[in-house]
Amino acid sequence: MQVVFDALSLGSLYALGALGIALIFGVMRLVNFAHGDVIAFCVFALLWPSVDAVAIVFAGNLPWFLLIPFTLAVGAGLSVLSEALVFRRFRRANPATMMIASFALGFVIRYFLLMLFSSRPKSISLLPGLSQPVEILGARIPLLQVITILVTLAVLVGLTAFLRRTRFGLEMRAAAENFTMARMLGVRANRVIMGAFALSGALAGAIALILGSQTGTANIMMGASVMLMAFIATVIGGMGSLAGAVIAGFALGAVATVMQVVLPPDARAFRDAFVYGAVILVLIFRPQGLLAARGTKERV
Amino acid sequence: MSLLALSNVSVRYGRLTAVRGVSFTLAEGEVLFVTGPNGAGKSSLLRAIAGVTPPAGGRIDFADHDITGRAPEDIARLGFSMVPEGREVFGSLTIEENLLVGTGMHASTRGWRARAASELEAVYATFPVLKERRHSQAGLLSGGQQQMLVIGRALMTTPRLVAIDEPSLGLAPNVTDQVYERLIALRAERRLTLLIVEQSSTRAMMVGGRMMLMRGGEIVLDGDARALGQSEAMHAAYFGYGEH
Ligand SMILES: Nc1ncnc2c1ncn2[C@@H]1O[C@H](COP(=O)(O)OP(=O)(O)OP(=O)(O)O)[C@@H](O)[C@H]1O
Ligand SMILES: [Mg+2]
Repeated sequence: MQVVFDALSLGSLYALGALGIALIFGVMRLVNFAHGDVIAFCVFALLWPSVDAVAIVFAGNLPWFLLIPFTLAVGAGLSVLSEALVFRRFRRANPATMMIASFALGFVIRYFLLMLFSSRPKSISLLPGLSQPVEILGARIPLLQVITILVTLAVLVGLTAFLRRTRFGLEMRAAAENFTMARMLGVRANRVIMGAFALSGALAGAIALILGSQTGTANIMMGASVMLMAFIATVIGGMGSLAGAVIAGFALGAVATVMQVVLPPDARAFRDAFVYGAVILVLIFRPQGLLAARGTKERV
Repeated sequence: MSLLALSNVSVRYGRLTAVRGVSFTLAEGEVLFVTGPNGAGKSSLLRAIAGVTPPAGGRIDFADHDITGRAPEDIARLGFSMVPEGREVFGSLTIEENLLVGTGMHASTRGWRARAASELEAVYATFPVLKERRHSQAGLLSGGQQQMLVIGRALMTTPRLVAIDEPSLGLAPNVTDQVYERLIALRAERRLTLLIVEQSSTRAMMVGGRMMLMRGGEIVLDGDARALGQSEAMHAAYFGYGEH
């Protein structure tokens, strides 16, 4: 039972991260490597700048009903800002150039945090009420895991409803499939791209909250490991396919958790190597990803 | 006052010049066929007007606005609706969703929901096949049905001018007949201005209206479709006899 919840909650993180990458890739063929640093930024946005080991919690002390919107808004805001200031200038550049720009932006964000907070990880306690366990079918599961899974499901349902039921969601789906055609039907390129960045940034904020409360630390590198797995999930899922990204995210979470249990203790340290090995196998047999992205035409 | 006016428009791809100094005007309600062999620059011309491939030189006016270099969405919002070569349906969206994408541009005006609903009914009345399959994925439609879908999709924006690039592409002749039948009916109903690109002049001669012949990026003939289609000059120009 515990294993199932471990797998689901780890998978949730990967799925949320993969969605954030896939959303942006869908509308502008950009693999946004700065996404992980947006996550880290969201966590640090809750602290007051200082280089001490003990964090001076600032916005992190807000009650949950303010803390959550605040963090999501920080993520969305930073993400939209990075589009307006950086990626907009690269719209017509080739994907490799944009990718490098996103690396560079990621470093800028990371060193900005480094400057204000130093590289030392800080302990924080976010939403402390969530660390107590609950009993589910005889197993004691940390409440936070349950909430992580529920929140992820809620995000998935909400995002699906948004994409299927609203006009803006329809425009985003059309633009993700064929941007030029959507524009010829009057869909505003800037608004759709901004919307994708805002959603993606808010997802980064959600990951930041979950990670921050799970690990109890704020670390400049904290987004990076999730991001690598999430990026792999988007590739396995078929670049640009949102459903594929989510499914692959959960699958990776499951594989990683199961390996943690079944691998002999000596090999556990190399768990990630085994996960990556599995990824290579998947890509050898399905190079286009599990769900191949829809016939996507040129970007802007 | 003309609805569309091009003066000295050229389109370049790197060193290659696809359209060289083209000028013409199109009045409201007119039907204009642009014909010409492969590589004549017909699609490049349409894409330049639509703002997808901004012109390298010249000026384009549409609906009393200088649209040279404007974004495709701005040009669409002025009432220029484009059906590009190869149709470009949104294959993963349903038919109804495909039709609704273009109604977003009127969303800020009052009563757009009601208007979108009545436009939808009008398009379904013209193309009953689309209504039957409204909830299936557009990528599953046959070529002829996709052509009807993209014409319907263009109409949903309540355009003043519809430009269609090779509506007959890949269709059986009888299906092409059906498509043109609807187009002609639509034109009469809505006082549409049509700009249709076709490789051959046969359709233009059947439908009538004005025809331009393009070759090597230039307009070499411009006149009444039926008269031009039968003339020796047309054939000579199309195949480039007697040049150079
Ligand atoms: N995106 C592009 N990049 C580079 N060259 C292009 C591009 N599109 C068209 N061309 C070139 O421009 C010229 C005109 O092409 P265009 O597609 O406008 O012709 P067309 O009249 O539409 O031909 P067809 O009847 O085959 O559709 C051709 O020489 C073509 O190779
Ligand atoms: Mg063409």
